Amino acid sequence: MNTERTEPSLRQAFAAVLWRDVRIVARHRGDAATTLIFFVMVASLFPLAIGAEPNVLRNIGPGVVWVAALLASLLSLPRLFAADHADGTLEQLLLKPHPLALLALAKVFAHWLTTGLPLALMAPLLGLQYGLDGPTIGVLVASLLLGTPALSLVGATASALTLGLRGGGVLTALLVLPLNAPILIFGAGAVAAQAGGLDPSAQLSLLGAILALGLGLLPWALAQALRIAAE
Amino acid sequence: MLEALGLTCVRGDRRLFHNLSVSLSPGQLLQVEGDNGAGKTSLLRILAGLGHPALGEVRWHGQAITRQRDIYHRHLLYLGHLGALKDELTPLENLLAEAHAAGLEGIDAVRVLEALERVGLRRIAGLPVRVLSAGQRRRTALTRLLLSPPPLWILDEPFNALDADSVALLQDTLEAHVASGGMAILTSHQPLTLAHTTPQRLRLTP
Repeated sequence: MNTERTEPSLRQAFAAVLWRDVRIVARHRGDAATTLIFFVMVASLFPLAIGAEPNVLRNIGPGVVWVAALLASLLSLPRLFAADHADGTLEQLLLKPHPLALLALAKVFAHWLTTGLPLALMAPLLGLQYGLDGPTIGVLVASLLLGTPALSLVGATASALTLGLRGGGVLTALLVLPLNAPILIFGAGAVAAQAGGLDPSAQLSLLGAILALGLGLLPWALAQALRIAAE
Repeated sequence: MLEALGLTCVRGDRRLFHNLSVSLSPGQLLQVEGDNGAGKTSLLRILAGLGHPALGEVRWHGQAITRQRDIYHRHLLYLGHLGALKDELTPLENLLAEAHAAGLEGIDAVRVLEALERVGLRRIAGLPVRVLSAGQRRRTALTRLLLSPPPLWILDEPFNALDADSVALLQDTLEAHVASGGMAILTSHQPLTLAHTTPQRLRLTP
């Protein structure tokens, strides 16, 4: 095959799939806002339940923000492939002359841009609420920037596996939560280490490694799951 | 050319069709007929590479389509009964995104608007698909046939929900495509009346 002709068209196809999804979220701003409001509300419930003791809040802050981010990213998973499955767009995606894994990755990237990235940008606000200091908030944002793309990848694969099943949403949650445990452990661990005066770079490196591994392997699993779901 | 050899399709414990062979050369049009549930859509999905036959294989230019998916899909336009249109986007945005995702070169907003003009949708090119009628959605989906079409078309019930003018336009488009050496496979309940082309017929019986 003539690669000079196909390569730009793959880039064009990746961009087309990516921007179509981003544009749909932009038309439906309510959906994206719901995820963010959920994130802020879950994280705000803990001080109400536990009490406003600054030391306690500073200790649980990193964990609470990370758990809230994980749940918020779970909340937005159903809209990733379900609508495409219902309106035939998924069928057309499978018939593209490009590797399905890369086109599916474009959809995951769009999902991250519209959920994971806003969560990471909103996190400093919650960090302040829990009395975290500047450098700790910096590590919180860095850990979320590394962790949320991995959450999107794992979540996308799980929701593709449960596509078209009855009660798929609950099943997705059951599949995703245990798989996301390592991301949660290293993410919250990095912030807790920084808050405790330790070097968080080991945990951040491990988060980066999880993301790299996920980027290398999951798109192909995702593509296979989508092919099975479309049959 | 497209060949299907000894296709068998099983749904649950029902056998939809058995040892079915199809062959289509450039310039030919195949109409698949059959009662509801006879397996027309299943056959079309297998021919498009979306479904897998229990037995048999589909070949494009002599090679199995499963071994050359990228080349085959570059040569194929499949329109299922789902329109693959996003409710939130306009017909223009939908068609542009699909054309770019399919790797079609030289398709820009001007080309898409010209095609929408031909199907009589120029006026509503900027409205979200959500507010369009069933027939307008169908015409939007069929506009893809006018945008640098590949040689093989597989169309599932393309005449559904179309008004008389659109039926005539689609028949002309099909005829022009076949006359210029294209191939088309379609399902339809209505008898197809084309001026210069005699469609082959394939009847699926249980």
